[in-house]
Amino acid sequence: MDAIRESEHIPMKNRATAERTSDRELVVTRTVNGPRHLVFQAWTKPELFKKWWVPKSFPIVLLSCEMDVRTGGKYRLEMGHGDSKPMAFFGKYLEVIAPSRIVWTNDEGDAEGPITTVTFEEKADKTLVVMHELYPSKEALDAAMTSGEKSCVEETFEQLEETLATLSASGGQS
Amino acid sequence: MVQYQKAHLDSSFAALSDATRRGVLEQLGRADASITDLAEKFHMTLTGMKKHVGVLEQAGLVATEKVGRVRTCRLGPLRLEAETAWLERYRESWDARFDELDNVVEALKRKEEIDGRNQRK
Repeated sequence: MDAIRESEHIPMKNRATAERTSDRELVVTRTVNGPRHLVFQAWTKPELFKKWWVPKSFPIVLLSCEMDVRTGGKYRLEMGHGDSKPMAFFGKYLEVIAPSRIVWTNDEGDAEGPITTVTFEEKADKTLVVMHELYPSKEALDAAMTSGEKSCVEETFEQLEETLATLSASGGQS
Repeated sequence: MVQYQKAHLDSSFAALSDATRRGVLEQLGRADASITDLAEKFHMTLTGMKKHVGVLEQAGLVATEKVGRVRTCRLGPLRLEAETAWLERYRESWDARFDELDNVVEALKRKEEIDGRNQRK
């Protein structure tokens, strides 16, 4: 990386990576253009946090945001769009170490949610952000990765059911 | 490509047209299992279960691997495709989020520079 010096005038677009690193874990990494204490501020001050956590390109908006960012503190975010009922996201900060590490729970689901750990590492005026999401089980992560969007298998099932329904409606014999 | 997809769908439909095979997929969605486990669970002979798993494997719905004397079954590449697609959408949404974070940090950086200069005056 050191061999390629980025131009001061043309900031390079940083790219996030996302990977399933084990049966229970997802890891996202991304470099942010700024020193770590500022990235930590943007992550822990509600008035800054709400400027970026829900990007304009998302189909929802952040309606409210309460965060008590300290070990044992709680957070609650409400998001929604149009007239639909707002969705609440909430949990507890398990560990907060300024300016390098935040760990929190995600308690909004019916089942036990993942534990998120984010770490900030300063590298030459930039910050490498690494985010781990550890799910309670393989099944929980599998379910998360197929929710919201139907899996191919489910879609095939539905197509099959439609086909069968058409066949039986037209009196076809199997 | 269209021909390939059609053939692919045909084999998926054929594989899914059987209640036992749909049950096997549901079971493997919860956990990997050996053919022996599956045969027991669905009250079937080993040979019968092998046949069902073979059909699912041909359709890409199930993948199997033999370790020692045990053949373990898991969900196949079709399922993996869905996971890969999900992971890419997940990555993209984090990228969008981090783009906005970059803007916020950029503004903080400028503010700090101005404050620093003012202090030195």
